[in-house]
Amino acid sequence: MTTEVFLQSLVSGLTQGCIYALIGLGFTIIFSVTGIINFAQGEFVMLGGMLSYFLAKSAGLSIFPALIVSIIIAMLIGAVLYLMAIRTARKASVVSLIIITIGAAIFIRGIAGELWGADPVAPPYFTGDGSISVLGASIQFQALWIVGVTLAVSIVLHLFFSYTMIGKALKASAMNRTAAGLVGVNTRTMSLVAFTLAAALGALGGVVIAPLSLTSYNVGAMLGLKGFVASSIGGFRSHIVTILGGIALGIAESLTIALNWGPFTSAYKEAIALVVLLLILLMRSRKLSQEERES
Amino acid sequence: MRKWLCLLLAMFILAAAIPLAGCGESKSEEPYKIGALFAVTGGNAPLGEPEEQTVKMMEDEINENGGINGHPVDVIVYNYESDAVKCATYAEKLITEDKVVAIIGPTGTGDSLAIVDACRDAEIPLISCAAGVSIVTPTETNDKHWIFTTPQLSVMVVQRLYEYLGDQGITKIALLTDTLGFGKDGKANLNGQAAAYGITITADQTYGATDADMLTQITLIKNSSPQAIVCWGTSPGPAIVARNMTTLSMTDIPLFGSHGIAFQSFITAAGASANGVIFPCGKLPIVNDLPDSDPQKDLLTEYRDAFNAKYGNGTANTFGGHAYDALSIVVAALKNAVEETPEKINSSDDTLQTVRGKIRDYVETKVNSTGFPETGGFPGTAGVFNMSAENHNGLAMSCLVMVKIVDGKWTLVVE
Repeated sequence: MTTEVFLQSLVSGLTQGCIYALIGLGFTIIFSVTGIINFAQGEFVMLGGMLSYFLAKSAGLSIFPALIVSIIIAMLIGAVLYLMAIRTARKASVVSLIIITIGAAIFIRGIAGELWGADPVAPPYFTGDGSISVLGASIQFQALWIVGVTLAVSIVLHLFFSYTMIGKALKASAMNRTAAGLVGVNTRTMSLVAFTLAAALGALGGVVIAPLSLTSYNVGAMLGLKGFVASSIGGFRSHIVTILGGIALGIAESLTIALNWGPFTSAYKEAIALVVLLLILLMRSRKLSQEERES
Repeated sequence: MRKWLCLLLAMFILAAAIPLAGCGESKSEEPYKIGALFAVTGGNAPLGEPEEQTVKMMEDEINENGGINGHPVDVIVYNYESDAVKCATYAEKLITEDKVVAIIGPTGTGDSLAIVDACRDAEIPLISCAAGVSIVTPTETNDKHWIFTTPQLSVMVVQRLYEYLGDQGITKIALLTDTLGFGKDGKANLNGQAAAYGITITADQTYGATDADMLTQITLIKNSSPQAIVCWGTSPGPAIVARNMTTLSMTDIPLFGSHGIAFQSFITAAGASANGVIFPCGKLPIVNDLPDSDPQKDLLTEYRDAFNAKYGNGTANTFGGHAYDALSIVVAALKNAVEETPEKINSSDDTLQTVRGKIRDYVETKVNSTGFPETGGFPGTAGVFNMSAENHNGLAMSCLVMVKIVDGKWTLVVE
């Protein structure tokens, strides 16, 4: 492997990994507050990308207002999803609620397909289609945006959870829902906030990645799966491990292509996420059964 | 109590029977029933959607113009959502419940293979819209007696591309294919036939459906110093490849695509990077460049204009064309080889079975220069069909052209 290929794969992997991280964060936030795995998370990525394209194209907005409006619309949809589908069924078991999110995912995807058709679309780049060259590896401007946005989101989220009342309340609900309720945190409102926040993160990921990867109504499921793996690396609890896990997954996939030797070729790249997921599930299930025995 | 229940049940049955009976009386003429299976949603949606739109458009047009021999036609379309299992279920439904005379579709090669045995067992003609040669290749268990397919076969498309590369003196190529069915099929064909055309493959890379960029693969390819890159996949992959090649300023290496990029959306998505991309494809995209003597020109122009007028400018593509060909073939068979009325077909399973056999025989023996001598075969959007007992696709290499994108427009490459 030449330095050029190695660096190029690091750059590509980091870009891709940042998106996994943003999607994974959505899973983590919703799970830690509500105990639900939201399988519609990937659809918000799709919504972000598609909305930004159609706002930029049909409504003639420039890309930054389109970005903000897309995220706001996605947040509203996230809130509606929680209020109409999850809260009304709150007496149902967690498994039922998870199945509801799968239904919601199919619903959102179906509507998007009807509305926008099946053709893939390319929203405009934020700042042109140029790139810079570092030691032979090309870094596209949009890739810089992706990494920058992920970094900014990580910092803002950290500040939000550490220093704002609502952030602390969310954190409290995640740690212990009953205790948080006892000290006056409205845990239902917190669930709503979690869904809305996760929708915003997913949509933001969708808006920044779409100019590079292009988007269509059915990209949500696969991206959702990758985000799910990132989140499971973080145990569905830790934000920072989720972010690092997503980035590690992206880089692992990309390095597999770069190695180009034995089973480590581009043909097997897609399997990485699934292998990681299997390993985590194996380790966790052992840990879980251990915990069960102890209690 | 039980008496009451019985009475209630009887009332329900009566109530249900009344509208049915009324329906039967009011209908003046029963239609010919043709089945269609398309992947209108899911991974193959960019192909399945225009196919469904095409048959809807044709159904309306046929019925407005008085139907087939005075009888209306009813095309029963099921969207199997790009899922081979659902495809098989719907095929069963079309055969046994809807009792259609023939099935057109499915969209994908794998989905077609999933139902060829069911069609053989039921003895119903299947006119597939997928390009895998395995669909019509006889096997030990299935002689494919009942199976036909309308697109140019993937084998032929690769041969056409390799012939062109040979003419251009290109012998070293790198492959970049997608990991879905279409790309896998192309990868196998491109590798399998390279030696016969004296072509060396310097790198063989793939990409996934949600990849943000293919810069790593393309850098590897660049380092293997090929004379050209061949990218086999459907949107959006090839568009990203074209854009990434611009990013890496690889203007000296030409990019070749497959017929899977013959969509307007490829040009829209790839933007300026689409310029210079060359791919083998049916004649629909470059119909304006064809000489008037071309037997397909009028038909292609008519289909393209009708489709664009109904569904929006620039939306007509070769994939909808495959459904056009499949339905046209069945309609021709009904028109020329079937004297049984739809009433008779719909009321008796024996007649239905006879008609299914007649349609099959017509397609094999008459959808060629025997049935259509003045055009040298049955003219369709994909090419001029010459079906025979040995060839259930019936297209020749001459129906494929090389198309180059110049200034965001498809143009015919003159060879």
